[in-house]
Amino acid sequence: MEKRKKTYVHDVDRGVYDIKNEVKFRYKVKSGLDENVVKDISKQKNEPEWMTEFRLNSLKIYNEIKLPEWGPDISDLNIDKIITYIRPNTNMQGSWDKVPEDIKNTFDKLGIQKAEKHSLAGVGAQYDSEVVYHNIKEDLIKQGVVYTDMETAVKEYEPMVKEYFMKCVEPDDHKFAALHGAVWSGGSFVYVPKGVQVDIPLQSYFRLNAPGAGQFEHTLIIVDEGAKLHFIEGCSAPKYSVNNLHAGCVELFVKKDATLRYSTIENWSKNMYNLNTKRAIVEENATIEWVSGSFGSKVSMLYPTSVLKGKGAKCEYTGVTFAGEGQNLDTGAQVVHLAEHTYSTISSKSISKSGGVATYRGLVRMGKNARHSKSTVSCESLMLDDISKSDTIPVLDILNDEVDVGHEAKIGRISDETIFYLMSRGISEKEAKAMIVRGFVEPMSKELPLEYAVEMNNLINIELEGTVG
Amino acid sequence: MKGDFKVNTLLEINNLHTKVEDMQILKGLNLKINEGEVHVIMGPNGAGKSTLANTLMAHPKYTITEGNIIFEGEEINNLKADERAKRGIFLSFQYPEEVPGITVENFLRTSKSLTSANPISILNFRRLLKEKMALLKMDESYAKRYLNVGFSGGEKKKNEVLQMAILEPKLAILDETDSGLDVDAIKTVSEGVGLLSDSKRSIIIITHHNKILQYLKPDYVHILIDGKIVKTGTSELVHEVEKNGYEAYKNLN
Ligand SMILES: Nc1ncnc2c1ncn2[C@@H]1O[C@H](COP(=O)(O)OP(=O)(O)O)[C@@H](O)[C@H]1O
Ligand SMILES: [Mg+2]
Repeated sequence: MEKRKKTYVHDVDRGVYDIKNEVKFRYKVKSGLDENVVKDISKQKNEPEWMTEFRLNSLKIYNEIKLPEWGPDISDLNIDKIITYIRPNTNMQGSWDKVPEDIKNTFDKLGIQKAEKHSLAGVGAQYDSEVVYHNIKEDLIKQGVVYTDMETAVKEYEPMVKEYFMKCVEPDDHKFAALHGAVWSGGSFVYVPKGVQVDIPLQSYFRLNAPGAGQFEHTLIIVDEGAKLHFIEGCSAPKYSVNNLHAGCVELFVKKDATLRYSTIENWSKNMYNLNTKRAIVEENATIEWVSGSFGSKVSMLYPTSVLKGKGAKCEYTGVTFAGEGQNLDTGAQVVHLAEHTYSTISSKSISKSGGVATYRGLVRMGKNARHSKSTVSCESLMLDDISKSDTIPVLDILNDEVDVGHEAKIGRISDETIFYLMSRGISEKEAKAMIVRGFVEPMSKELPLEYAVEMNNLINIELEGTVG
Repeated sequence: MKGDFKVNTLLEINNLHTKVEDMQILKGLNLKINEGEVHVIMGPNGAGKSTLANTLMAHPKYTITEGNIIFEGEEINNLKADERAKRGIFLSFQYPEEVPGITVENFLRTSKSLTSANPISILNFRRLLKEKMALLKMDESYAKRYLNVGFSGGEKKKNEVLQMAILEPKLAILDETDSGLDVDAIKTVSEGVGLLSDSKRSIIIITHHNKILQYLKPDYVHILIDGKIVKTGTSELVHEVEKNGYEAYKNLN
């Protein structure tokens, strides 16, 4: 990745992530939310009637449910000011040459085309509310793998979408799941047939460009029996003075003996409310692996959930959260063990600096039938100064006593002695801190493909730029 | 200060007073070290030996309240630790820090490139690392391990000497590098240190034991008590201390 020059203004300059393009759109709904807006979105998309109904029903639920009474303060978020749907000035393309120049350049600078050439088997790129580019390698198509945008999927794979769409995360789950159900747009649909091993990852990248807009992409992945997939999701948005909202939804169905790795690096601007819902249903002997990096945003509430439904199902979660000035990041893994011999391993790391708040809010539930199951949770927090906050709120809900549940939490401040030790070997104070932070998140970097590990280090450096001293 | 007819002075400490958390620990310490010399500093627990080492390396908790440190003819009181390291000062820590996630190799490569004038290729660096590890009888696998994490006391000390051997400082301060080592390890480590010792490089050995002195021949031996150097002599002094303890020197203040 090229060297990025940063100047320190009020906020951290996030270099390439802050590219703002002139907002050119083909269509956008008026801001706010009512039945007409929802109908308008559905009509624009030319959707089947069941989906229009689904949206309207979700809207009804949205209006009935209250905001959560726990967690960060989100009262500053005014949905009446959010534009829920903005269609970019292009159709979805199968070739970058056809994507409008400014949009193409943005994705190019984010490294998407390069990664596509070198290390991905398929790419989807969403710009504001719609996917502008989608492509998948020929040999995967031959094996029956489906990777397309959700809008196309609703039409071309209607029975499958109807069977699975918002069955894992239902609209009445919480207020923002309902909102998502009403105004969702874009996102990716993946189906991997029985026994097919997709060895090279697929990646979808979600870029929000328009100020005051919401992004509500829906990702639906079905990995059929014995199949294997690594899916990567990237997100970013430039900084505007008005609040943006991201209320995406990720539904993962991991069938018997299948393995799905879901890696994310979310990197939002600091005016973003990131209220994202991600959940996996894991069947017999199947494995879900989450690798989750949360950077940026004003408020994040993100709790990737694994429902271990079948005997022998497994979940591994590795997460890193970085909360800087003015940020309140509330994240954590939730695992619901429903069957015997199910296993979960959770490793979460958080970093807070310049008054940022990082909270780990996790849940491990051992259901009545989850005998002989095991869960290991480890949370570590690193605070870079005295004004930052870190908290761990692990909830254990154990309904049978033949289980093994371990929880370990460590909260620490960056050590002056360690900084001195590194400095005594010629390393500057700033670099010493960066090294310590990089070392702290190393268990996660090592789970990421190389270029994403590089990106994460780069994000850490950007976040550390503002550190005093 | 560089004269033609005498050896060059590398380090000069004049009337050094150091405070730690409002406690005066060093109370007017004087010491002069020429290029190529090996000095031993002995003294009872709490005398201020580590404080001297930390002050020389610019530990931020140790504040100089009076006096100065002159390195290669220039006062370095206000230089930070990384700047002193770049000038060629090295401290082998009494209690090395553990740094998770950073491998010994990556750490040392970063450090080497920052402290040396000429860049070193990855290949040459690896060769150098391998050679020095063999010398110190360290298993190669340690290069890939996280810095000091899970190392035994002795392994940490060896790792300090490894760093010294790679960085090749002009002045190496060994703060009880020999304690916590078994007899064989002391021999290996001493030989490692000995190899660095030449007519240009100087070494300060802070120690409680005379074992290390069987291998490293000091030019001078100092006794540090209550923040001052109270007596300076040759190797003979080590034997004296061994026989009589420090009691006899306490009134020399
Ligand atoms: N970081 C520190 N914080 C508080 N007191 C310290 C610190 N370092 C040294 N001291 C105090 O200074 C005195 C000298 O300590 P030190 O230099 O470590 O002695 P030595 O190395 O000779 O055993 C002791 O009383 C010790 O408690
Ligand atoms: Mg000491």
